[in-house]
Amino acid sequence: MCLAIPGKIIEIDSQNPQQAVVDVVGVRRKVDLGLLQDDRPVPGDWVLIHVGFAMSKISEADAADQMRTLTMLGETDAAMQEVRGYGLENEEQDPSGQRRTP
Amino acid sequence: MPIATSIRKISFRETQIEMAHGAGGKASRRLVEGLFAPLLFGSSPSPLGDAAHLQIDETKIAVTTDSFVVKPLRFPGGSIGELAINGTVNDLAVSGARAEAIVVSFILEAGLPTEILEAEVRAMGQAAEKAGVRIVGGDTKVVEHGKADSMYISTTAIGRALPGVEISPQAVRPGDKVLLSGPLGDHGITILLARGDLDLDADLRSDTRSVFPLVQTLVSEAGAGVRWMRDPTRGGAATSLNELARDCGLGIVLFEENIPVRDSVRGACELLGLDPLHIANEGQFLAIVSAGNAEAALQALRATPGGEEAQMIGEVREQPESAVLVTTLYGGSRIVDMLVGDPLPRIC
Amino acid sequence: MKFVDEFRSPELISRAGEEIRKLADPHRHYRIMEVCGGHTHAIYRFGLKDLLPPNVELIHGPGCPVCVLPMGRIDDGLSLAAQPDFIFAAFGDMMRVPGTHGSPLEYKARGMDVRIVYSPADALKLARSNRDKHVMFFAIGFETTAPSTALTLVRAKAEALHNFSVFCNHVTIIPAIRAILDSPDMRLDGFVGPGHVSTVIGCRPYDWIAKDEGKPVVVSGFEPLDILQSIVMLLRQLRKGEAKVENQYKRVVPWEGNRAALRAMAEVFELRPYFEWRGLGFISQSALKIRASYAEWDSEQRFLVSGVRVTDPKAAQCGEVLKGVLKPSQCKLFGRECTPEQPVGALMVSSEGSCAAYYNYEHRKPVTIANAATN
Repeated sequence: MCLAIPGKIIEIDSQNPQQAVVDVVGVRRKVDLGLLQDDRPVPGDWVLIHVGFAMSKISEADAADQMRTLTMLGETDAAMQEVRGYGLENEEQDPSGQRRTP
Repeated sequence: MPIATSIRKISFRETQIEMAHGAGGKASRRLVEGLFAPLLFGSSPSPLGDAAHLQIDETKIAVTTDSFVVKPLRFPGGSIGELAINGTVNDLAVSGARAEAIVVSFILEAGLPTEILEAEVRAMGQAAEKAGVRIVGGDTKVVEHGKADSMYISTTAIGRALPGVEISPQAVRPGDKVLLSGPLGDHGITILLARGDLDLDADLRSDTRSVFPLVQTLVSEAGAGVRWMRDPTRGGAATSLNELARDCGLGIVLFEENIPVRDSVRGACELLGLDPLHIANEGQFLAIVSAGNAEAALQALRATPGGEEAQMIGEVREQPESAVLVTTLYGGSRIVDMLVGDPLPRIC
Repeated sequence: MKFVDEFRSPELISRAGEEIRKLADPHRHYRIMEVCGGHTHAIYRFGLKDLLPPNVELIHGPGCPVCVLPMGRIDDGLSLAAQPDFIFAAFGDMMRVPGTHGSPLEYKARGMDVRIVYSPADALKLARSNRDKHVMFFAIGFETTAPSTALTLVRAKAEALHNFSVFCNHVTIIPAIRAILDSPDMRLDGFVGPGHVSTVIGCRPYDWIAKDEGKPVVVSGFEPLDILQSIVMLLRQLRKGEAKVENQYKRVVPWEGNRAALRAMAEVFELRPYFEWRGLGFISQSALKIRASYAEWDSEQRFLVSGVRVTDPKAAQCGEVLKGVLKPSQCKLFGRECTPEQPVGALMVSSEGSCAAYYNYEHRKPVTIANAATN
């Protein structure tokens, strides 16, 4: 139920704006934009494709945000140790004594 | 005294032949092992390969046959005619033999335009010349309109074994390395796209070519260090390696990050939910080479025209027995099995 | 591949694995269900179980629309299409699923015109270019796929294309999750939520799981880092004794879902009063049927469908595996009578079925400490 792939819109059909062509690393596929009528994508936008239909726009900002969070995993402890040393923070502790990680 | 053919038993239980039986995967193997082998190959203990090396009096001959059934007949990078020549040349090459001569059998559909036939015959002539092989005879049959999908071609090649080559699954040892001559999946995906049902388009060509020059390089470099070779056609590299794993009882461990796949093949596979390891090639081969020879063999391949993209993609281990495992850099792994039938696109 | 490769970074995956091992309380055994079959497939394909500590167990849920389809529905679809001048069109996923008298591919070998399509729009195209035939699209899928079928029906009606109909087997995810939670055999700590279904329905439909059942839900993407990050987020909630719905898949899933998609579905579909799910029995309001206003394009309203119930072979334990009560390897038929080539139940054929995933990707792996406890 879940195979959906990100693709970049490279062209919108001038005759039929509900049809577009997306590119997935050099493979081009026709895609139906009918489900994104409320928020029409333009060439250059990235969309999630499932059974030939664009389901959602992909947010580069959110993706970058997520990568930042993931990159910080493991580094957070080290960062928190440092901050503790400054005596500035107001950390919550849960009963198990585990620090709340942001 | 050999048992009379008429009383040999078959173990193939299915009541009708399905497309899967021709796809090169498990179903094909069941048919060959369960029906053809008991009735035709008698009590021969050797595993069934694509090509046979025979001793007839003082002469050693290698022989193989293959049929080509492809739709569409022409596709980016080649056509059925080229496949028909390169396919059998490659089957002999990976058995450790140089193809010398080919005989061709055509089954043509009535109504086939002559210019199409001419184009294929020209393509075959060119491919044969390029591969250094003579076409020395053949046969033609015509069937009614509606049969034979325009044209079926069957080719049989004979040749001679390369000196110093002793390849068999039994020669494979733990520690041996798995070499691959170039990127996976170009041919299969090209055909899939060329059929036009999937609305996908890419700059992709079939990789059909003779792999003999590369095999020759490998054999010159590594000699008896070459344990086994196979050209991964229908069913892909996964099927070929699984067959090897079953035949030798060892495990083949592949390193995912080392397996070469072109971006567009990868993109098409992601879109369709397919695994490049299951997709056919027509111009690549796999080789198992002893650890001591592997690095030099790889460099030799890369230095040979057409072998620049060769990679070492894995190694042979004791475990998992008779299976193929793909590992990732982060420590995850998965078993890769033979295909059941043709790869089917999925949406889930 | 952008938006794919970065979420497969080996370095970050290792780190996420580390974080999971740090967060998992050694005195607890966590049972987390991934609802969606696509997640099951991804977990096996990327070997993610190898990265989890033995006390974090992933339970496979019923989110495989092929697996939960009772055999009777496949029989009905195939017998409908077994008429002259009919074309049976379906996704590749359906092609090897066994009906009582064979799978669609086997019917094809016997002469039925069976076509694989990648999109419901392809099925409509087939109808346009084969006016002398009737194209029946055998529709499957959860809410991820239903809107596309809906739009296709809207178009068929607008074009007055009469040689096209849909045999609709779309199901909805929430009743399935409810059935799992209502099941007395299940003890679950949290859910990895279905990322692609959520692009359509949004994250609100899971509120009751957190509020009423007290289980955290993290709506997750499908790349290895997405799934691992979701497990991190679940463990963090569990360690704090929290239960809320979070959206890990922010780059794709809008909290409110896709209004246009929901509108298309509402235009074309209504809820069936009840529908039989393989393994879960009859569940009310859990499946979609085509409205009367689209009757002409509904295979069931246009043609006679026998509606025979076909029960699974007694020995097959598809139901218990679907609910997560049994592991695939614990079903008596697993790997013996039931294999991907000779499937007894759909869980072994569908690529997201947990039995197929386990058989194809896992069960001959060398046993390690990581996978021994959980397999």
